[in-house]
Amino acid sequence: MKILIVDDERDVEDLFRQKFRKEVRSGDLELAFAFSGDEALKILSADNPPKVVYVFSDINMPGMTGLELLDKIKERFPHIQVSMISAYGDQENFKKAMDSGAKEFFTKPIDFISLKKEIGKLIDKHNS
Amino acid sequence: MELSIISLILLYYLKRPMGLITVSPEWKRLFNSGMVLAGVLLILASVKIPLISHLATIISFLVAALIVYLVLKNEELHHRKGMIYAWLPIIVINFLGELTLLISPDFYDSWENYFNITEFFAFMWAIVMWINNTKQRKALEAEKLKALQREEKYKITESIKEQLEKQVIERTAELTAQKNDLEKALHDLKATQDQLVHAEKMASLGELTAGIAHEIQNPLNFVNNFSEVSNELLAELKEELEKGNTAEALEIAVDVSSNLEKISHHGKRAESIVKGMLQHSRTNTGEKVETDLNQLADEYLRLSYHGLRAKDKSFTADFKLHADPNLPKIPVIHQDIGRVLLNLINNGFYAAAEKKNQLKEAKDPLAESFIPKVTVETKALKNSVEISIEDNGPGIPAEIQSKIFQPFFTTKPTGKGTGLGLSMSYEIITKGHGGKLSVSSKPGLFTKFIITIPQV
Ligand SMILES: [Mg+2]
Repeated sequence: MKILIVDDERDVEDLFRQKFRKEVRSGDLELAFAFSGDEALKILSADNPPKVVYVFSDINMPGMTGLELLDKIKERFPHIQVSMISAYGDQENFKKAMDSGAKEFFTKPIDFISLKKEIGKLIDKHNS
Repeated sequence: MELSIISLILLYYLKRPMGLITVSPEWKRLFNSGMVLAGVLLILASVKIPLISHLATIISFLVAALIVYLVLKNEELHHRKGMIYAWLPIIVINFLGELTLLISPDFYDSWENYFNITEFFAFMWAIVMWINNTKQRKALEAEKLKALQREEKYKITESIKEQLEKQVIERTAELTAQKNDLEKALHDLKATQDQLVHAEKMASLGELTAGIAHEIQNPLNFVNNFSEVSNELLAELKEELEKGNTAEALEIAVDVSSNLEKISHHGKRAESIVKGMLQHSRTNTGEKVETDLNQLADEYLRLSYHGLRAKDKSFTADFKLHADPNLPKIPVIHQDIGRVLLNLINNGFYAAAEKKNQLKEAKDPLAESFIPKVTVETKALKNSVEISIEDNGPGIPAEIQSKIFQPFFTTKPTGKGTGLGLSMSYEIITKGHGGKLSVSSKPGLFTKFIITIPQV
């Protein structure tokens, strides 16, 4: 199962790879990374149908924001689930994300326990 | 007898003023007494009483002689000299005639005709002299009048001069007061300017805080995340070692050590932001330090973006830094250049976002796809360093371009800007660093501010 993480901070890649090291090693999880909305859309469009089933996106990014990316993904790949990860956990962002069809809304600093739970559920669903 | 009449006439004229010349009261009194005496002598001489009239005649000789003597001898009566000279022949002829008559009436009778002729000529002389004297006197009076007028003029000039001097003193006092007022106003203005500069600093610090919070939060998250994950990795490393998977254990060790580097990197990132913030608000030390302008531009570009983003959730924009890798470090006043960058970048974001709003309001189909963008570019020139800040906002009309560096000029709505940002930036670049700050813009397309700072 392939998930895509979108964040303008490049160190997010190492962090996720280390956090989900076991899952990746076991082959349960495949991780892809994009550092802007544009790059994320490119990755999603690379395979038809896209291999990515879930996208975790930062909101605050230069250029296309995570919320704009959310709209675009929901428009072009409606079956891909999207959750937001933002440093700004305010009501406005939360409401916008939820209205646009986001599945979850995580705030930074990322609570990896709940994030792992969410991904664990996915894997379980995927494997069953 | 005639001599007494002549004395009367002379005395009469002597006591009268001649033109502007008057005689003293003492002389006047003397002349009046003389006139009375001459009158008495005239009567006594004419009553023809033997001896007495002769005596009167002799005294009248003396009186006439005394008059002639006094006028010729006294400075004060010299103005009547002419009159005396006019009358002197008649007086002498009369004197001789009377004397002859007294001593020898017969002789007088036989010479009477000659006496009369001489007397006639003396009389003519007197008239000619009198006319001449009058002329001279008039000339003299005219001269005197002129002198008086000159004196009058001089007095007027003096009084005007005095008045002018008074006015000059008054004006000087007025001007001094004005100067003092102006100096005070200038002093007040300077104080106000200092306050405004401080307010501008605080305002831009306020703009910074949100960005700073975000910019510190991010590296701090990484510090926490990487130290936490490193702990987990160490546990896994132990497990792998116990299992005997050395290769796997080594891989984990490499990750852990790279994580420690990351922790240190993000720690420093947060530290530099805090330092930058402190520097930004600190009073200007005016000290120039060798600065990496690429790093400074990057820092403020992010601070500005995240600051605006934190303040306004609907704000979206793109930003790019084209950093010249060969940019030399140059000595600048760190916090001042930081303020300039923040100001110009904030303005850029504001303008670019404004363009999007304008498109939206105009229901332009391009509104959705338009992405506000600020591009910062650094360039090493021959003897200077150039930093340009470009936005794709609505641009600045040519007629306003010359005004934007003036204090209090702002196009932002009231309360959004102090109107001091650009003028202060201009001061900092030109006066503070001997550089140049210029603007180029195409309305509808872009605005580009170009900072040039000499290397030395
Ligand atoms: Mg971000």
